[in-house]
Amino acid sequence: MPLVSIRDLSVAFNGVPVLRGVALSLQKGEALGLVGESGSGKSVTWLAALGLLPRHAKISGSVLLDGREILAAPASELDHVRGGRVAMIFQDPASALNPVLSIRKQLCEALALHRDLTGDAVKAEARRLLDLVGIPDAARRLSAYPHEFSGGQVQRIMIAMALAGNPDLLIADEPTTALDATIQAQILELLSSIRRETGMAMVLISHDLGVVAENCDRVAVMYAGRIVEEAPAHQLFADPVHPYAQGLIGALPPLDGPRRRLTAIPGTVPDPASMPDGCAFAPRCELAAEPCRLATPTLAPIADDRSVACIRAEASRRALLGIAAE
Amino acid sequence: MGRYFAIRIGRAALTIVLVVTFAFVVLRLSGDPALMILGPEAPPEVLAAFRKAWGLDDPIWFQYLDYFGAIAKGELGRSMRDGRPAIELVLERIPATLALTLPAFAFKVALGIPAGIYAALHRGSGIDRAVMMTAVAGFTVPSFVLALLLVLVFAVQLGWLPSGGQDSWRHAILPIVTLSLGGAAVLARFTRSAMLEVLGQPYIRTASAKGVPWRKVVTSHALPNAAIPTVTILGFMVGTLIAGAVVVESVFAWPGVGRLLVVAVANRDLAVVQCILLLVAMTMVTSNLVVDFLYGFLDPRLRAKGAHA
Amino acid sequence: MNSPLVEVSSISRSYSMRSGMFGRSTAVHAVDGVSLMIPRGETLGLVGESGSGKSTTGRIVLGLEPPDSGEVRFDGKPMATLATPAWRAQRARMQMIFQDPLGALDRRLPVAAQIREPLDIHGLGTPPEREDRVRELLRAVELSPAHGGRYPGALSGGQRQRIVLARALATKPDFLVCDEPVSALDVSIQAQVVNLLSDLQAQLGLTLLFISHDLRVVRQISNVVAVMYLGRIVEIGGADDLFARPEHPYTQALVSASPAPGRRSAGRIVLAGDPPNPAARPQGCAFHPRCPGAIARCATETPILSAVGSNRQVACHLVTGPQAETRDAA
Repeated sequence: MPLVSIRDLSVAFNGVPVLRGVALSLQKGEALGLVGESGSGKSVTWLAALGLLPRHAKISGSVLLDGREILAAPASELDHVRGGRVAMIFQDPASALNPVLSIRKQLCEALALHRDLTGDAVKAEARRLLDLVGIPDAARRLSAYPHEFSGGQVQRIMIAMALAGNPDLLIADEPTTALDATIQAQILELLSSIRRETGMAMVLISHDLGVVAENCDRVAVMYAGRIVEEAPAHQLFADPVHPYAQGLIGALPPLDGPRRRLTAIPGTVPDPASMPDGCAFAPRCELAAEPCRLATPTLAPIADDRSVACIRAEASRRALLGIAAE
Repeated sequence: MGRYFAIRIGRAALTIVLVVTFAFVVLRLSGDPALMILGPEAPPEVLAAFRKAWGLDDPIWFQYLDYFGAIAKGELGRSMRDGRPAIELVLERIPATLALTLPAFAFKVALGIPAGIYAALHRGSGIDRAVMMTAVAGFTVPSFVLALLLVLVFAVQLGWLPSGGQDSWRHAILPIVTLSLGGAAVLARFTRSAMLEVLGQPYIRTASAKGVPWRKVVTSHALPNAAIPTVTILGFMVGTLIAGAVVVESVFAWPGVGRLLVVAVANRDLAVVQCILLLVAMTMVTSNLVVDFLYGFLDPRLRAKGAHA
Repeated sequence: MNSPLVEVSSISRSYSMRSGMFGRSTAVHAVDGVSLMIPRGETLGLVGESGSGKSTTGRIVLGLEPPDSGEVRFDGKPMATLATPAWRAQRARMQMIFQDPLGALDRRLPVAAQIREPLDIHGLGTPPEREDRVRELLRAVELSPAHGGRYPGALSGGQRQRIVLARALATKPDFLVCDEPVSALDVSIQAQVVNLLSDLQAQLGLTLLFISHDLRVVRQISNVVAVMYLGRIVEIGGADDLFARPEHPYTQALVSASPAPGRRSAGRIVLAGDPPNPAARPQGCAFHPRCPGAIARCATETPILSAVGSNRQVACHLVTGPQAETRDAA
């Protein structure tokens, strides 16, 4: 049984659909990358799954955690899942911690909620977690406030807090986007060493293909509220099938080898309030044909571990391999 | 930290000096106290004697310095009307004013803050809209209009409560209600927007994401942050405890500091007016100091800045 | 090689910063002895993390801020004094675009009016000529005249950055400073803008100073790249060569930290320590506390940027010092 299995998850804000039927599953201990441009629904998928969206969001579909439905679960059960089974860290570490509460308070709060610890044991565990994420002088730094730490350190503290409940799954939502390159490398290194030790599964949400490629086993590419391609990481980057996935990879400037002109995807992401008929990517797609504008393609398997939502997948693959379409 | 407060206190003292100077200038320029008190028919020699007795024939800068010299020695002058020390006149009116403003303050807080929090937590609900409409009405309707409306309904029409005077606790009800409603409305709106601002912050989502029950997210994560801006407006309200009831005291014929001020201004009774202004300025300035101190207590970011000094 | 359009000789700039509200003020050396030379029609890339002084360098080069010492020469002449007619004439030849296009545009004006604004300010052409020029500029950045009538709020991030670019090009500048121009854009849009910038550079013979933290984008567009760390240039060289064979340990770490599809994280150099703080600049080589190969000399003596090979300069004792020779010999 998969750890998490999402089926037909849809979200609309004020009648505007932002997530249009997402299906995803995640095995225990697996690292799944979720890439796509802003507005593609990568964060909304997980905020919706964990009940963290504002009340006016209309959510439908199903999210199973170990086979149990959590989408319409009562608040008390969700509070047990959040931070306990599934923890989450966010993009902007500076504003993700409460500015008026000490680190000790925020860490111990998570420990008290999800672990049977009391008194000194809580404090000792809080110290251990700070040590684990590499905050020097943990005992003293526990009484400090968030503004006394640098951005990278705050993200470490967020990770410590996420680990407090011994979660089976960590959702990392653009965890390094706001950080400098060398600090990003530190945080990614920390996450992978923690995963090696604990066997925790991870969903890494990022707009940075490189970050996802290096840190994930499997990658799902999202576009306009849907998953358009899903594949093992190395396969996706070596041989992308969906024209959008190809476009994303082609748009990334190489860091070595000969320079080439970037293959930019023309146009912009469609406005969720006025989605084109059929495939949402068709207006920007060079391979789009008449049928693309008629029906929305479904995510269909093309190999054991790969699926694509594109009726021109074959043509697209040939185009990539430089085989002229007959 | 010491230096931080030394500078605040210095600034506070300067504010008081400016307020008193301003009052002195305005009152001196707007009419002759001798004429106001003795009347235009008074014989010239009586007027001259009155002016001499009160030092009104000295050059204006001399009067000004004299006045400050006296304040420095703790003498706030005597009422020109009955010759009693001005401070005595003012102090004996304070309990009457506080009898209105203190309960009103308590009601403002007890009504406004919970209403604001509730409205923010149920944003867009019927109750939110009702609270906000009441709040808008509450602070757009001037207090004298509200006072007259209440008198019309509860004293004239229904005859439940007296319309003025200070004979029993029942007389205090309408003035207190008048004072509370406007303040509660301001506080409700302010608390609501402070709360909404905080609820939209990423750390609130972080707290929910780590499994903190919503009730506790509100009490231990949102409220301490929303308290910071709310304290500002509370400090302002504390500052108006002494003289915030001028209009209401006048409408309800309540013998407090506000009424004394109105009468003293009408009579150009300088010592009394200045004494009241001094007192008002001091409460304002003190409550501001308390607010500054509370900021340091509520917000560790400011505390850290102070600690460096 | 072309004659240089922009020559920067050892510019420095420090600010005094207070710690806390009444703390002692300390001098922060934002830029410390930076020299650069940009040949006509070429692009110099400036990379570094926050606090490296790359944006301050850009502002000084553009004359928005005076250097405390050192000199910037533009087209062979020193920068004119701020707000004089000579300065205005010089400024029309150099323009700047920033990371946040929405912040650089006025939300209450149609974008065509904003593209036209520099023409009005510098009194270029008659009103009908200015209208023509605005249409021409919109075409140049691959937008239609219809886009000109819109307000910034009705455009996407990529379109807004095109408008900012069109406005910067209105006065036909020779030199463009781009400070993180594509960092806020999605990858696919970023590629559009980078391509556009390359095309325009080729068409108009523009000279660019391209400031970014993104090594890939910088390599894509630059001829020469300079790497800054805490206000100093630590390495400078030809773009392809620099990223293929970084010499300075910091450049090596940066290149290694830049994730690439198709490569697993094994073998990545992860630097220890916090990001550099300009207010607490370490003695000697500013990078030594985080440097995996630091030796005693690094803590005491600031390394000087010295030539290594024909097309590279590095400021590192490990690379240019006597140890480096023995290392090579070994």
